This record gives sequence, C-alpha cells and structure tokens, in this order.
Amino acid sequence: MFDLHGYGWMILDGVQVTLLVGLAAMVGAIAVGLAAALAKLFGSRIVRGTVEVYTTIVRGVPELVLLLLVYYGVPTLIQDTAAAMGREIEVTINPFVAGVGTITFIYGAFASEVFRAAYLAVPKGQFEAATALGLNRYLVFRLVVLPQMLRHALPGLGNLWMVLIKATALISVIQLPELMRSADVAARTTRMPFTFFFVACLIYLAITLTSMWLQSRAEAWASRGIERTQA
Amino acid sequence: MNLDLVIENLPRFLSGVVLTLELTAASCVLGFALAIPLALMRLSSVRLWLWPATAYVLFFRGTPLLAQLFLIYYGSGQFRPALESVGLWTFFREPWFCALLTLVLNTAAYTSEILRGAIAGVPRGEIEAALACGMSRGLRFRRIILPRALGLAWPAYTNEIVYQLQATSLVSIITLMDITGVARVIASRHFAFYEAFLTAAVFYLVLVYGVLFLAKRAERRLLAHLRPPDARAAKPGFGFIR
Amino acid sequence: MAPAGAELPGKVTIGTEGAYPPFNYLDQDGTVKGFEIDLAKAMCERMKVECDFVIQDWDGIIPGLLAKKYDAIIASLYITDERKQKIDFSQKYYQVPARFVVPKSSDIEITAEGLADKVIGTQRATSFERFMRDKFPEVDLRVYATFDEAYLDLVSGRVDAVMGDVVALSEGFLETPDGADFEFRGPNFTGAEWFGYGAGVGVRKGETELLNAFNEAIDAIRADGTYDRISEKWFGFDVYGE
Repeated sequence: MFDLHGYGWMILDGVQVTLLVGLAAMVGAIAVGLAAALAKLFGSRIVRGTVEVYTTIVRGVPELVLLLLVYYGVPTLIQDTAAAMGREIEVTINPFVAGVGTITFIYGAFASEVFRAAYLAVPKGQFEAATALGLNRYLVFRLVVLPQMLRHALPGLGNLWMVLIKATALISVIQLPELMRSADVAARTTRMPFTFFFVACLIYLAITLTSMWLQSRAEAWASRGIERTQA
Repeated sequence: MNLDLVIENLPRFLSGVVLTLELTAASCVLGFALAIPLALMRLSSVRLWLWPATAYVLFFRGTPLLAQLFLIYYGSGQFRPALESVGLWTFFREPWFCALLTLVLNTAAYTSEILRGAIAGVPRGEIEAALACGMSRGLRFRRIILPRALGLAWPAYTNEIVYQLQATSLVSIITLMDITGVARVIASRHFAFYEAFLTAAVFYLVLVYGVLFLAKRAERRLLAHLRPPDARAAKPGFGFIR
Repeated sequence: MAPAGAELPGKVTIGTEGAYPPFNYLDQDGTVKGFEIDLAKAMCERMKVECDFVIQDWDGIIPGLLAKKYDAIIASLYITDERKQKIDFSQKYYQVPARFVVPKSSDIEITAEGLADKVIGTQRATSFERFMRDKFPEVDLRVYATFDEAYLDLVSGRVDAVMGDVVALSEGFLETPDGADFEFRGPNFTGAEWFGYGAGVGVRKGETELLNAFNEAIDAIRADGTYDRISEKWFGFDVYGE
C-alpha cells in the first residue's frame, strides 16, 4: 500500500514548501498580531474601530473564500478599476504571496487576541514597580512587560502555529506546490487517492506532534524562575 | 462591479445557503452526540477506552480538514469493491454523505476536547454533594455533571459552531454546491471573480453573526441561573451557590 | 509588453494547465509535457523566441493572462465568442469533437430523456460545462477542478458518465488501465456555439504583434510537416480537424 510510484520526492518537496509557507506566515501573523494588539490597547477610537472591522471579517469569512478572493479577485479588481480610469497596470499575485498573505491576514487577527490577553495577564504591580524604579514607558515595556507577555502568550501562539500549519493545506487550491497539492497530483495521476492522502495526513500528524513537543519545551523554558502555583 | 450578475444568481446563492446551513446543523448535532462518549473515553483510566479515543482525537485534530475530506471522498472510491460488499457504497457514493461524515468526525474530535475540559472543570463541591445525596453514577452524570459541563463548554462551543460554518466552504471542492461552490462556478463562468467571492463573503458574514447572536441569546437563557447578580439591583434573597 | 510595431521580446512565457493529458500534463519530476507543449516549442522556434512554461490551474487561466503572469495561453483553450470578449485568439491549432464516456456495462442513452437525473461529471469553467448546462439542464452535473478528479469518480461509480473531448478522454483515460471497462457512447458534439472553433492560442487584447507571430508560426508548422509529425507522435492521426 505504501508504494509511492516515484512520487516520494514530489511529496518531500511539498513538505518543504508547507513548512516554508507556515514559518513565513507565522512570522507575519505575529507581527500583524502584535501591531493589532497594540492598536486595540492604546489606539485612538478610529484605529480601534479599524481593528474591530478586521477581526470581524476574519471571524466571519471562511479561509477558503478569503484565499480565492485575494488570489483571483484582487488582481482583477485592481485591473478593472485601473482600466476604468484608463490606465493599464500589471498586477501579478503568485500563489506563494497570495497564500502567505491570506494566512497572515487571518491568523494575525487571532494572534492579536492572544497578545492582548497576554498583555492584560501581566500583573499591574509589575508596571507600577517598574515605573517606580524610574524606567520610562518604552523601557518598562521592553524589559518588564514584554518578556512576561511572551510567557503568557506562548500557549496561545503554540496553538496558533498548529492551526496555521494545517491551514496551509488550503493553498493547494490555488496551485501552490505544497504538501497537499503534491499529494493531490500524485493521487490523481496514479489513481491511488487513499494512499497518498493518507501519507499526507501522517506527515501533517508528524508536524503537529513535533510542534506539540516543541511547545511544551518552550513553555518550560519560558516559565523557568516562575514559581508554579498549585492548580 | 457587475451587480446585475449577482442579483441574477441570487436564487443559486440562496440554495447554496440552504446547503451550507444543513451541513452545519447536521454536523454540529451529530458531532456533539459523538463527542460526549468520546470525551468520557478520554477521561477514563481504562486503556481500552483511553488509547483508541486519544488516537482518534490526535488524528482528527492533527491533520487538516481538507486532507480528511479528500481521504474520505476520493479514498473511499479506491475501496469501492470492499465497501460494496458490505453495502456501504450507496452512502459513500454521495458527496453529501462523505462531506457530512468528514465534518462530523472532525468536529467530534474538537468538541470532545472542549467537553473534556468542561467535565473536568465541574466544581468538585457539586460532585461531592451529589455523592452525599447517594446518586448513582448514571444519575450523577445526567443531572449534575453534564448540565454543568455544558454550561461551562457553551462559550467555547459557540466558537466551534462558527468554525463549522466556515469549514463547510471546503465541501465545494468535492463538487457540492454550497455558497462557495456556487461562487466558484459563477466566478469562472462569467469572469466575475471579486463580485462572486465578495457576495459569498457577505453571505457568510451574515450567517456567522446570526449564529453568534442566537448563541448569545441561548447562553443567556441556559445559564440564567448562573448569572452573577446585577450589581445595581441588589435584590434581597437573590443568592445562589457558587 | 512591447508596444505595437516593435520587435517581439526574446522570451515569451506561456501559460498552460498541466492536467489535461495528452495535450498538456506534468510528469513525475514536475516537468510539463504533451502535444501542445511540443507544438508550442515548435511555434516558438519558428517565431525565433525562447519560450517558458508556467502552470496555472484552469479556473485562473484567463485571469492569469490578463494579470500578465504569462503572455500566451496554450492549454486546449477553445475559441468561443464568450472568451473572445476578454482575450484575442490565434487561428485554431487543433479541433476535436466532444463526447460522453460511460461504463461498458451501463445502459445509458445519450439523449435528453436518457440523461435526465443521471450524474455527469466534467471540468469547471470549460465549454463542456456550459454545453451541459445549456443542452442537458435536467442532468445532475458535478464539476471538478480537473478531469483527473472526474475520472476518479467515474471509476468509482460516483458519476454515470464524463463529458469531454474525444482525444483527452481517449488518451487520458480510456487507454489507461483504469479505462478498460469504459467506452464512448453517443454522437460527437461539435456545435460552434459551445465548443467554438477549435483550440487556439490566447493572448491579451491588443497584442497584435504576438498574435500575428503565432498565426504565422502555425501556418509554417502546418506547411512544412512539423505539425503532422507531432500529431502522429502523440495521436497517430491528425487532430487539426476541418
């Protein structure tokens, strides 16, 4: 059942692309999430409103629809508006950019919730003590608040990673040669769908389990020096 | 922006909405039913229950829904003779069945985790009180643990319902004409990509926020007896056990 | 893109689907091969340009051209009036009729009554889909992203028949081991309204230089026997049509 008919290499290449997209999107999502969280916590009414709209859209629209909208819709929209204005623009969105962009957009919203909760979880006493020591707002944030935020954010971010890496499978729909798409091509040409999709599932499972293990290690590292309260 | 096209195709979109809602409702109900025994198996200390349940949950939470969908839909086709011999092929032949099966199996895994946490979160005091009353295991579970756990699980489960609603968009990939399926056909037939997908997005937004609104209403009624007292009202005798 | 009247660029990027054997498909290394690929390379040689291939899924093949992902489409894109509104076409470089493929054991008749309520599969966004919706609206039409997925469901029995062009169905399915129990049924369909005037090279509107170059190249390879040679190699007969 596990004779891969020579498509093993294509699958492995697919895994590489999956991990690449996942990492790129994770970095993007953290950046966007941090910015959005800060905007929600400290921003003006308009800024907060924009972030609200952002999270509303992400919460309400399926990832597949957003992906198709970005990949097919955005270029045609830009071109049609440009044409209406009498200009010709070259707009190309390649699957990698569309995929990473859409996933960053979606998971940035979730990440912002993680960071906001993490920020609110830092005890007020810490802020007060740091300010009492004479640190200015920037240093308070950088030296005292941020490290503690990260500790609280780690479980949330770890979960985010695991959901995100599975979301990369959707980009197969717009032809990015990641794992799901490689399995799909192999399955279609060899007419052995169960074999290849099962192999793909096992690989995703391996990625998820490894991530879970890494996450528990990271949480242990981040919590060193913290006294464990009895649950 | 070709709005005429959208208006012309509203009936098709609406039938897509019906399919989307049918799949969401059916998968949530069946998935929840499956999740209860699954959660209990996960909480058990008997390996015969614990290990298969853990393997199941790990598989369905650790792999993408799209992969599961392809595995069941196209994969079952590869085993048609075997399925035919046990009379199951008539079911697997239908995309609707495969979609529903996958969605149910998927949501059951996630819901069982929510329930597991909720059941474990039922205050010990209430369980001890039930034991003191001499309740049998079944009675204790039915009258005390499950209702309390459901109340605890409800906010998290609302998220799961919303997620299911969005997850149904994937069934368009196995030829079903849900909202996304309709949008894709219209988009590629008439080159109306952003019109079709924006329309789909709007439909989903309305559905999701409709569901969230109803869920909030339900939460208020289900958990009315657990609501913290209105700070301003301070009615005498309005105590509750916490 | 070069303004009209200027020389052709040294490199022309061609968009193709890569999932439509034997016209264009991907082999195990991911290299694109097929009748159209060989034709394209011959054309480029005549046009004295270097050509590059880009794979694009079928839904996005025309938007990709308009977005300048590539300069031309050589992907069994039929010349239809609907498409002519968006892009320009060269003269045709092949034309084959459409037909149904059914299991040998089935007793379906290819008539409006015979096909009513039967399940037919085809590819989304193709002339075949449009033909089916217009001419056989009583059919339960399942649309797939590629023909390969339709074949999978034909083999497993989810669809009663698949509609496509005779050559792709023959070489891409009937001649393969899985296709042994299947056969053509019914007449050849060639109505220009749906299937247009054969497959042509698609270019953006206004790219007259490129269009003329392709037309001349097609004439050239027809005249000097290159076309016949390639057609023989892939099919053993001439697919140019009338």
